[in-house]
Amino acid sequence: MNEARIVLEARGIARAFPGVQALDGVELTLRAGEVHALMGQNGAGKSTLIKVLTGVYAPDAGVIKLLGEEVRPTSPLHAQDLGISAVHQESHLLPNLTVAENICAGRYPRHGWLRGGGIDWRETNRRARALLADLGLELDVDQLAGGLPAALQQLATVARAVSTDARVLILDEPTSSLDAGEVQALFVLIRKLRDKGVAILFVTHFLDQVYEICDRITVLRNGKFVGEYACARLDAHALVSAMVGRELAAAAASAPPAEISGDAQRSTPVLAARGISRRGQLQPMDIELARGEVLGLAGLLGSGRTELARVLFALDKRDTGSIEIDGKAVSLDKPSDALALGLGFCPEDRKESGIVAELSVRENIALALQARMGLAKFLSPAEQRTIAEKLVAALGIKTASIETPIGQLSGGNQQKAIIARWLATNPRVLFLDEPTRGIDVAAKQELMNEILALARGGTAVLFISAEIEEVVRVADRIVVLRDRAKAGELPRGASEEAVYALIAQPAARAPEANA
Amino acid sequence: MNALMNRRLLPLAVTMALFVAMAAFGAFTYDGFLAPQVFLNLIIDNAFLCIVAVGMTFVILSGGIDLSVGAVIALATMISAALLAAGWNPYAAMAVVLVVGAVFGGLQGYLIQRFGLAPFIVTLAGMFFARGCCYLISTESIPINDATYAAIAQARIPLGGGASLTIGGLIALAVVVLAMRVAHATEFGRTVYAIGGGESSARLMGLKVDGTKIGVYLLSGLSAALAGIVMTFYMLSGYSLHAMGLELDAIAAVVIGGTLLAGGVGYVAGTLFGVLILGIIQTLIAFDGSLSSWWTRIVVGALLLLFCLLQRLFEGRTHKGA
Amino acid sequence: MKNMFRLLMRHALFWPSIALVLLLAGSAAFNPAFLSVSWHDGHLYGNLIDILNRAAPLIIVSLGMTLVIAVRGLDISVGAVVAISAAVAALMIGGSFSADGAVNSDYPLWAALATALAVAAACGLWNGLLVVKAGMQPIVATLILMVAGRGIAQLLTGGQIITIYYAPFFTLGNGYLLGLPVALWIAVLTWVALHLLLSRTALGLFVRAIGGNPEAARVAGVRSSAITLCVYTFCGLAAGIAGLIVSSNVKSADANNAGQLLELDAILAVTLGGTALTGGRFTLAGTIIGALIIQTLTSMIYSLGVPPEVNLVVKAALVFTVMLLQSAEFRALVGRATRGTRATSR
Repeated sequence: MNEARIVLEARGIARAFPGVQALDGVELTLRAGEVHALMGQNGAGKSTLIKVLTGVYAPDAGVIKLLGEEVRPTSPLHAQDLGISAVHQESHLLPNLTVAENICAGRYPRHGWLRGGGIDWRETNRRARALLADLGLELDVDQLAGGLPAALQQLATVARAVSTDARVLILDEPTSSLDAGEVQALFVLIRKLRDKGVAILFVTHFLDQVYEICDRITVLRNGKFVGEYACARLDAHALVSAMVGRELAAAAASAPPAEISGDAQRSTPVLAARGISRRGQLQPMDIELARGEVLGLAGLLGSGRTELARVLFALDKRDTGSIEIDGKAVSLDKPSDALALGLGFCPEDRKESGIVAELSVRENIALALQARMGLAKFLSPAEQRTIAEKLVAALGIKTASIETPIGQLSGGNQQKAIIARWLATNPRVLFLDEPTRGIDVAAKQELMNEILALARGGTAVLFISAEIEEVVRVADRIVVLRDRAKAGELPRGASEEAVYALIAQPAARAPEANA
Repeated sequence: MNALMNRRLLPLAVTMALFVAMAAFGAFTYDGFLAPQVFLNLIIDNAFLCIVAVGMTFVILSGGIDLSVGAVIALATMISAALLAAGWNPYAAMAVVLVVGAVFGGLQGYLIQRFGLAPFIVTLAGMFFARGCCYLISTESIPINDATYAAIAQARIPLGGGASLTIGGLIALAVVVLAMRVAHATEFGRTVYAIGGGESSARLMGLKVDGTKIGVYLLSGLSAALAGIVMTFYMLSGYSLHAMGLELDAIAAVVIGGTLLAGGVGYVAGTLFGVLILGIIQTLIAFDGSLSSWWTRIVVGALLLLFCLLQRLFEGRTHKGA
Repeated sequence: MKNMFRLLMRHALFWPSIALVLLLAGSAAFNPAFLSVSWHDGHLYGNLIDILNRAAPLIIVSLGMTLVIAVRGLDISVGAVVAISAAVAALMIGGSFSADGAVNSDYPLWAALATALAVAAACGLWNGLLVVKAGMQPIVATLILMVAGRGIAQLLTGGQIITIYYAPFFTLGNGYLLGLPVALWIAVLTWVALHLLLSRTALGLFVRAIGGNPEAARVAGVRSSAITLCVYTFCGLAAGIAGLIVSSNVKSADANNAGQLLELDAILAVTLGGTALTGGRFTLAGTIIGALIIQTLTSMIYSLGVPPEVNLVVKAALVFTVMLLQSAEFRALVGRATRGTRATSR
């Protein structure tokens, strides 16, 4: 295996942006028929390296060799011609075109000049069908890509990337929006490509996926090359240490368990939803949250975690069901209702639906409270400052000043500021959807401690995370979702295995199985 | 798959059905409405609108908008008239006009693409600029007395049964056929659709987004110039106030033709029917005789509303389906 | 000192103000009398006053447009709404000669003004509903009223230019108060009211949040739809006020030409003032400066004896310049070019 032919070599790659040395002396070696993981925390330089390899950025220094010959990709198209294809995080099919056209776009087969030299659609469809069949994918090439489920779109995107006879295939976080089954389908495809001799660079955050499919790992940290390792010789613990740059304690110490009195559990739930559902997104389900409780919501992507929180916060309309707050039925039809009732929601996608990038940290923190107080009762800038300063200090938000536009903060600090926004409203119930996604290990730990502290202060917290290990660590009670329905509930202290067992348990088909 | 095709073609079908319904209404209500020449006149009287709306279709398919076309048409009539008055060869004058239109559109496209400016604002400024240039040439209407122009203006292509088409109408139909082919069977046309579907995705696919975006506006400027030439055949004059607000009619024709204003979805053939619908509204009002001309605007506005609401409904349904 | 200057340069109003000052200075250089202001018949008189008076309707419409653009919208129907408002007012005031030669209004003046404004606000509300409830793109939603609106105005006036004979109505567009034009006072009043509304209530924060990130604002519980509706309604109302001033000024209502191309001038004023067309960042004061720049330009061209036809070309050049200056790509390009020359000169 070690003797596999080297396809792509990058040596001493450097690239600077104003104020940041994004890459500095980075090395990368990709071999034919191998899957190579590129690992590193946020800001390690993974994306920049990919963009250098695909000709988006020119490197300031260093050489790229393809099959021993030096190349200088000048554009993604040029890189493709050289044999370096990439599926970026933001690569999507064009929803308004057919699958076949998406695959062949830019390289359409043509009619001969005698027939006008136009695009040969029959041949386009035939080529696309042949390519997909070769990769073992069954897709109707004549349907609009926008009508495909996300996972199939992802597979078709990969198919397009390799349709140019790519020797190097770069996959940047291809699994981040796929559920377990879909990841497996993608892996089948990746293995097939690997066996055809393609060198694959696989960028991901998921450690288990690395060990499942990769042969070697290159680790970057702060734009610098840390090392290249064979997967078999680097266990997960050592890998994380390499990424973080310091030895971790054997197991991240979790905060002391919050003492919840039995009374709190048995008293009227602060929030109770009965039979809420939304067509195509959520099966009817009941859910209750008690004061001072952290309720973990576990399940795979697409299991209805986010959907449940969005329906509870009235970001999406529910089709059926009623919601009670402190035992009283309430009308909850839009987010402003939820806010008025003392609910808070930190969305999964910070940039898209969390921060208002050009507003200051102060204004971002004051926004929800002000929205609850309405137009007329205006928080003066001085009042806003007081509130913001208190919360910035309490949550340890690192910012030059509270007047800094929030867009300039790091991901973890933005996340904390959004949590601060809701803390300012002193919420009775707070939904946290993936609060730890995309932030580094140290910041994660701090955030988990904040969440526990919050619950100790009496807030009911709904904690959603794709990382089961986090849910188990922080939750007082865990609700497991599967296929948009409630699969079961587990008490505090349940093991990860117990959660997985519920997730994996075959769906009950007969009604009596649930009785 | 059949159902899918149908869904893709549904807006086009609605547009065609609307046209047929209006024609049927006219045929039942007014004597002599069903004559072939009435329908040929729809093309003849709206030839310049048709040409410019075809150019606009590409712009809107790419997710942009071009507000300068009406002014470019006026400029084209002015340049034609001024050059002819100065004794130019008529064909040389036409060539100059076409080049000016293409360069004008191309420059707007360059500004939009290279500097990431909003198409709305760039073409708005382009509209000011082109109208201003008209005034600089002359504030008065310039008559065209050139023999070639007069001959072209009067030429009739007999289609049998006493019906006939003008050169302008013929050019409009040729433009439609050519544009359908460009949209369907050329790399440029498909890239226009791709940009409308998602510019950044199209870029990541390695499609020639930059050149195509500039090309779309160049094409729109060129078609506006051609429409201007056809208008000079029709009016036999150049005037700064020609084609006032025509950009709105062109946009309306494209939307009523079933093209999504968000870009990416639509057909050139739909635009032809959009133009015909605008034309038939005017014809109906003219046949009626008792309705005032401003009803045209109100009906066009109502149709716009109807089609935009239909589009929203349609988008909503495909979205849920996905 | 240098720092102070740099700070000043970075202020949002710096460039628009400089442009206005340069324009005025340029006019004064060609025509020294341009800047002189004198006192005649109990009010101020001069080119500057004239500019302020004529700019008033544009200022009012542009203020409404600023808010619409700030919430990522656009309203291209304002010109048509001006025509509608003028038509309604003219129809209701009309003016019949009584036996003694005095002119009476058909309806009380206040009722005519209130109805015209209510209709204009309803037009704005309609636009807002199409944007918020039907989810249309703003330019499309308002295109509908832009196309149909003039038809409706013509329908109201029967396609005629309606002349108004009732003198008290003329105060709006021609009268003076404390030496300054009434129209200017109305514009100032609109500005002050809007400014207070934005700075003394949470409206400013909400508008900037909605414009900066509509989805985030919704998740934070901001009633985006209600606020967007209000903003469009206000824009319609502003166009209605402008329509009253315009029709009062020319003592008639012309459904075809009242407010013609006003939407473009208003968008231009907003852009010139430094409000981002992408939403979020906005400045009312900048918009006023922008509107004044446009009016000064027009007046200057007239007073210099340049054919007024040039006006459009100059406006176009102005828009192109401002757009390019606002474009990050252009700044980067210029930055590279200047760095390049500096590097070679070293």
